[in-house]
Amino acid sequence: MTAVLAVLVGVLFAVGTFLLLQRTLTRVIFGIAVLGHGANLLLLLAGGRAGDPPLVEGSGETRGLVGASGGAGFVDPLPQALALTAIVISFGAVAFLLTLAYRSWLLHGEDEVADDVEDRRIARLAERKEAGQ
Amino acid sequence: MNVLVPLPFVLGLGGAAVALLCHGRRKLQRAIALAVTSATVASSVALLVASDRQGHLVTQVGGWPAPFGITLVVDRFSAIMLVVSTAMILVVLVYAIGQLSVERERLYFHPVYLVLTAGVCLSFLTGDLFNLFVAFEVMLMASYVLLTLGGSSGQIRSGMTYLVINLLASTFFVVAVGLTYAATGTVNMAQLALRLGEVDPALRAALGLMFLVVFGVKAAIFPLFFWLPDAYPTAPAPVTALFAGLLTKVGVYAIIRSQTLLFGDLGRPSVLLLAIAGATMLVGVLGAIAQNDIKRILSFHIVSQIGYMILGLALFSLAGLAGAILYIVHHIVVKTTLFLVAGVVERMAGTASLTRLGGFSRMVPVLGILFLLPAFSLAGIPPFSGFVAKLALVQAGLESGRLLVIGVSLLVSLLTLFSMTKIWGGVFWGAPEPAALSEGPAGGRLRPPSLMTGATGAMAALSLVIAVFAEPLYGLSERAAADLLDRDSYTAAVLGEGGGDLLGEGGGEVVEPASPAAAVRGGDS
Repeated sequence: MTAVLAVLVGVLFAVGTFLLLQRTLTRVIFGIAVLGHGANLLLLLAGGRAGDPPLVEGSGETRGLVGASGGAGFVDPLPQALALTAIVISFGAVAFLLTLAYRSWLLHGEDEVADDVEDRRIARLAERKEAGQ
Repeated sequence: MNVLVPLPFVLGLGGAAVALLCHGRRKLQRAIALAVTSATVASSVALLVASDRQGHLVTQVGGWPAPFGITLVVDRFSAIMLVVSTAMILVVLVYAIGQLSVERERLYFHPVYLVLTAGVCLSFLTGDLFNLFVAFEVMLMASYVLLTLGGSSGQIRSGMTYLVINLLASTFFVVAVGLTYAATGTVNMAQLALRLGEVDPALRAALGLMFLVVFGVKAAIFPLFFWLPDAYPTAPAPVTALFAGLLTKVGVYAIIRSQTLLFGDLGRPSVLLLAIAGATMLVGVLGAIAQNDIKRILSFHIVSQIGYMILGLALFSLAGLAGAILYIVHHIVVKTTLFLVAGVVERMAGTASLTRLGGFSRMVPVLGILFLLPAFSLAGIPPFSGFVAKLALVQAGLESGRLLVIGVSLLVSLLTLFSMTKIWGGVFWGAPEPAALSEGPAGGRLRPPSLMTGATGAMAALSLVIAVFAEPLYGLSERAAADLLDRDSYTAAVLGEGGGDLLGEGGGEVVEPASPAAAVRGGDS
C-alpha cells in the first residue's frame, strides 16, 4: 500500500507540473491544487506504513511505543495533523486564486496568463529595430 | 513560561480580529491599528532588552514539553529583526493612513495589515519548522490580499505571478518538511539541529538545498528572483514599501536561521552561497540600471542588496554574520524610505516614469533631501548607515580571504550609486515636466502631503540613528552572530540541559512514532 501511495505522489507531482506549465489560468490553478495534494500525501507518508491506525488502545509502554518503528501496528499521528493544517491552507490559497482568475476573466474576457509587460516592451523594441533596418 | 514571547504575534492577530469587527468605522479601525502596532513595537523592544540580558527566551505553547509542542524562541537575532520590522510596520501604517483612498481603506486594509504583522512576527518567533510554514502562510495570505486590494488589471496580472510562485514555494516547503520528518522524526528546530547531524550526509545536503530553494524564492536570491521586480511596483506605495523592506528579509532570516542552526555544523564558508551572493548582487544591480521607472529600479535594488546579506552568511564567520545582521537592519530602514519617497513623488506627479518627471528638487526641496540621504546610504557612502554595514561585510570578507566576491560587492556599490544618480537626475534635476505640474502652480513650490512626508522623514531619521549608533549596534549584531554560531546554547535552551533526546534511543531512525501528545499540535496551528 505504501508503495502505491509513493507512486501516486510521483504521478500527482508529474500531473501538477504539467498543468502548471499551461497557458490557461484555470489549468495553472488545477496544477497548484494537484501539486498541493501530492505534497500533503507525501507528508502523510512520512508518518509510517499506510493503513495502520494512528492511535492504539493501551499505554505506550505495553505497546513498546518508545523506539518502535512504524511496523508496530500504528503510525505516527503527527504528520496527519500537519497534513490537515497544510490542506486547510492550500484550500484557502486555491480559493483566493480562483477569485483572482475570475476577476481577471471579468477584466479581460479571456482565461490566459497575460503577457509579461517587460517582455512585450522588449519585443516591441526588437520589432522597431528590425523595421528600421 | 515567558508571557512576553508570544505577545507580538498575539497582539497582531487579536488586533486584526477586533479591527474586522469594527468594519465600516474608519477612524476606529485606524486607532486600533495604530495602537496595536505601537504595542507590538513596545513588546519587541522589551524582548530585545530581555534577550540581550538573559540569552534565549523560550516559551512552550500550551505547556507541552519541547519536542512535542510548538516552541517559540527569541534570541538576539530574532529580537533585532522583530524591533526593526515592527518599527517599520508602524511608520508605514502612518504613511498609509496619509495616502490610501477611502475606498481602499474600507476594503479591509487595516485587518489584513495586522494579520501581515502577526505573520511576520511569528516567523521570527517560532522554533518549529512546520510552525514556520504556517507563519509564512499567514504572512503570504495577507500579502496576496494587500497586493491585489483594489483589483485593477495590472495588480491582478502581477498578483497572479506572485501568488503562483509563492504557492509553488509553499508546496515545496511542505515537501521539504515531510522529507525532513521522515528522516529525523521531528520538526522541532532544536531537536532537528541535533538529529540532522546523524542523517546520511547526501540526504542532509539534499534537505539543506531544498530549504535554500524554498526560502530563496521568498528572499529573491539569484536564480529565483525574477518574480520580484514584476510584482512589487504595481501595488499602492505603502504596500510596496512594506513588501520591499520586509517580506524578502523574512526569507533571508529563514535562510540564515536554517543554514546556521539546522545545517551549520560544518562551520565553514559555503562556496555555493558565495557564488549565489555574488550573482545576486551583480544581476540585481544590472537589472536596476536597465530600468526606467523609479519603483522598478528600486525593486531590482532589493535583489542586489539581498546578495550582500547572503554574502555575510556565506562567509560563515562571526564578523560575516554580524555584518549580515547589521546590513539587514540598515537595508530594511533605507529601502523602505526610498520606496516611501517614490510613493510621494508618484502621488504628486501621477507617474513614476523617469522620462516624465523632473525638477522635483526645486519644487519640493524636502523630498530631494529625503531621497538623497537613503540613496547615499544605499550606495554605501560614508558617514551613512550603508557605509557602516558594507564596511563590516568587506572587512569580514577580507579576513576570510574571499577577494573575488568582495571585489564584486565593491563594484556593485559603484553601480548602485550610478543608478541612484539616474533617479536623481530624472526626478529631481532638470526642468519640471508638465506631468509633474498637474497639481500645483507652475514654477512655484509644491506642498508635499504632510503625513506621508512626516513618516518618510521619520524613517530617514532612523537610518541616521543607525549610522550614529553604529558602534553599539555592531556590538549587538556581533553578540547575535555569536548566538547563531553557538548552536548548543540554542538546543540547551529549548530542550533543557543536556539537550536530551527525549524520545530515547531511536535517534535518527527512519520513522519514529512520537507520543500521542504530539497530535495536539495540529489543533494549535
